[in-house]
Amino acid sequence: MLAGVLLLIFLPPLVAKDLCKDSQDGFKVRLSIKTALGDDAYEWNESEMFLFRSTLAYAMRKQTKQDTYNITNILVCNDTQRVSFVFVVTSPGDPDQLIPKEQIEEAVRQNKHRINNAFLLSDMTLEFVGIPPTLAAPIIYDTEPWLIVFGVVIGAVAVGIVALLMSTVSKKRRAKEKAAGLSEEDEGIVKENGTALSGLGGKEGVYNQTFSNDNRFTEL
Amino acid sequence: MKLKLKLPNPGLQDRILSHDELERLEVEEAGDRPKWDNKAQYMLTCVGFCVGLGNVWRFPYLCQSHGGGAFMIPFLILLVFEGIPLLHLEFAIGQRLRKGSVGVWRTINPYMLGVGIASMCVSFLVSLYYNTIIAWVMWYFFNSFQEPLPWSQCPINANRTGLVSECERSSPVDYFWYRETLNTSAAIDETGGLQWWMILCLISAWGVLYVCCIRGIETTGKAVYVTSTLPYVVLTIFLIRGLTLKGSVDGIKFLFTPDVRLANPSTWLDAGAQVFYSFSLAFGGLISFSSYNSVHNNCEQDAVIISIINAFTSIYAATVIYSIIGFRATERFDDCLSGNILTLLNTFDLPEGNITQNNYQEVLYSLNSTNPDIISNLHLKTCDLNSFLSEGVEGTGLAFIVFTEAITKMPLSPLWSVLFFIMLFCLGLSSMFGNIEGVLVPLQDLKVFPKSWPKEVISGVTCLVCCLVGLIFVQGSGNYWLALFDSFAGSIPLLVIAFSEMIGVVYVYGIDRFNEDMIFMIGHKPNIFWQATWRVISPLIMLAIFIFYFSTIVTKEIFYIAWDPESENFPTLEKKPYPSWIYVIIFLLAGIPSLSVPGTAVFRAIREYCCKKHPSTQQALIARRTQRRSQISGDFFFYLSFLALVF
Repeated sequence: MLAGVLLLIFLPPLVAKDLCKDSQDGFKVRLSIKTALGDDAYEWNESEMFLFRSTLAYAMRKQTKQDTYNITNILVCNDTQRVSFVFVVTSPGDPDQLIPKEQIEEAVRQNKHRINNAFLLSDMTLEFVGIPPTLAAPIIYDTEPWLIVFGVVIGAVAVGIVALLMSTVSKKRRAKEKAAGLSEEDEGIVKENGTALSGLGGKEGVYNQTFSNDNRFTEL
Repeated sequence: MKLKLKLPNPGLQDRILSHDELERLEVEEAGDRPKWDNKAQYMLTCVGFCVGLGNVWRFPYLCQSHGGGAFMIPFLILLVFEGIPLLHLEFAIGQRLRKGSVGVWRTINPYMLGVGIASMCVSFLVSLYYNTIIAWVMWYFFNSFQEPLPWSQCPINANRTGLVSECERSSPVDYFWYRETLNTSAAIDETGGLQWWMILCLISAWGVLYVCCIRGIETTGKAVYVTSTLPYVVLTIFLIRGLTLKGSVDGIKFLFTPDVRLANPSTWLDAGAQVFYSFSLAFGGLISFSSYNSVHNNCEQDAVIISIINAFTSIYAATVIYSIIGFRATERFDDCLSGNILTLLNTFDLPEGNITQNNYQEVLYSLNSTNPDIISNLHLKTCDLNSFLSEGVEGTGLAFIVFTEAITKMPLSPLWSVLFFIMLFCLGLSSMFGNIEGVLVPLQDLKVFPKSWPKEVISGVTCLVCCLVGLIFVQGSGNYWLALFDSFAGSIPLLVIAFSEMIGVVYVYGIDRFNEDMIFMIGHKPNIFWQATWRVISPLIMLAIFIFYFSTIVTKEIFYIAWDPESENFPTLEKKPYPSWIYVIIFLLAGIPSLSVPGTAVFRAIREYCCKKHPSTQQALIARRTQRRSQISGDFFFYLSFLALVF
């Protein structure tokens, strides 16, 4: 009687362990906590394992959209000091039936981000052997950054070329005007036979105020 | 021992300005030749021309591969006996004769016109491919303004299942360089078409060069304040950054650890070649720059100062580069070791932290003795720091692959990337100023363009033509063409020209006349060191290097290394032989400039002989003298058609 009762008590875990150890539907998990967190690394103990099992149950719930998954459905074995173990997921309806590998993979894939964050780890440090990490989407730019910089540089070059060419053209024009102005002055002096006016440097003369008729003020 | 050999040179007195005329020109400032605004501009331009990309990516490699610190001995000895005398010679002859390279050689003797034309050809060929390298630098510069840098990770393939296979098999930096930048084809025969993004970068490179050279030294003189000084600032920043990184000191130690190999002739030959090419001699640019100086400028002092600056820059750049390479090698070593440690931990399910870098060897040994078969199945990589350090890379591989990889491992990578490529850009651009000067001034002297065209138009047309011809280098096989040009156009002809320059000045112009000119210009006769090096030592060294190079090229079969994703040992570059029609191109590249030195003399002699047959009256003589101006450009085109006929 006692033997039968004892067998009944210890059978489920033994059976469970067999389910986990021998199954093909299990995944090996590897955690590298020290690599990820260095000095802030936490210790791996029963509570952390509890958290892991509950996150997996959460992932199964989300994926199947059934609220029936519980922590007892996640069985763990082959615990090592590396911090690696194997887990299997049993169906909530029938504890002896295992959920197929593909479904678990799908569940883990979709929720990897949440599982990683629960443990402060990343895709590199929390490995599910056999489930490759999904690749991040490539960043798509509206305009490639290099075209923007190229545009700035080419714009500056164009402005520089135009400015330099303009300055050359205006310099030449000024030189031409100066040359033309000088030659006219020469002619003027010759024509007026060296009179005093020629020294004034202009044709306007000097305004002599004595003879002005200033009508700005009111006349009497 | 005095060598009083002097070749006959009639009419030399008529062709050059006498000392009194020079003095008058100096005092009245009557010449229409452009002048430097101040001495600093001249020194910075010459330093910029001499200090180029080779100081950064050729010298460190040579230094490390020829025994580190011990390489300094042949380098410094040859600097003193080969570099400084040649530099002084070019400065002095330019300052005395006050003309560009073609003008100087035509003045010394019309039969030596070929030396000037060869300089112009070499400057032209080198400008073509050098500016393409600047275009590549600009492409990387444009791409540095993003985080993460595009060469830090592999792109994802089309159906989002994994990384692009070519990138996965090699590395992100290799992929970015060979595929996204060059889009290189697998062989030199496959052109691969023009790459539009590279065309844009090439246009921007030539555009920037045009802006800086638009009015000759008037504009380049202002540009060199930035382009010649900025590299030193950036090198210093990188040195400080590098020394704070892990593993940098290992790199510097590796670089300078002497491994004396003075008995090996190739060490001396590589040192000699490096000194020669690093000084940008025989391009004609230095003669031009020096001709804009005042007649009494102390060219002796300038030559010594610039040589010292050049040598110092080489050593300084090597230190900086190897500090960063040491950092990269250490990172790679750490990654390699961590990978092995992780594999061991995972296989044997040992707790983390059990195997560290320190006890790795002992643990591996003990595991190997207990489970040898498992260990051998793991295929652990051998991690050796020295092998990572001696992955000696030079040239574009150093800048665009090794260094960019090191930059991605530093924090704030875009900043370091921008700084690095600005530095390379400035180094390249300041060298391009000298190259373009060596093309533009001879074109003006040969009167290829009509006199009415302003300087801006001439430089514009030259830049446009070079840009269009440079499109060869932006096609798929462009990288291979560039390597071809670099090996053949920029090597043998320069040695020939430099040798001819020395012989021309010392024996055709006459060392006695040259010494008198030096007394007039700087006030004292050059001492016994200069006499010995100019007359005997430097020409002999040039001859030795030339014979070595020529025999190497002619005897060995020439290969090029190609990036071929379909080859067996991809990602290692594959050695491929050149197709037979390439040998024609090689001959044209190296042959035309080299052969134009004797060729022009022969051509001239033939024409003189033909003209002498018809006796000339006084009128015809006068007519011929006025015709001489237009004949010179006629010379040039006759010469080209003669060459076309022969080849």
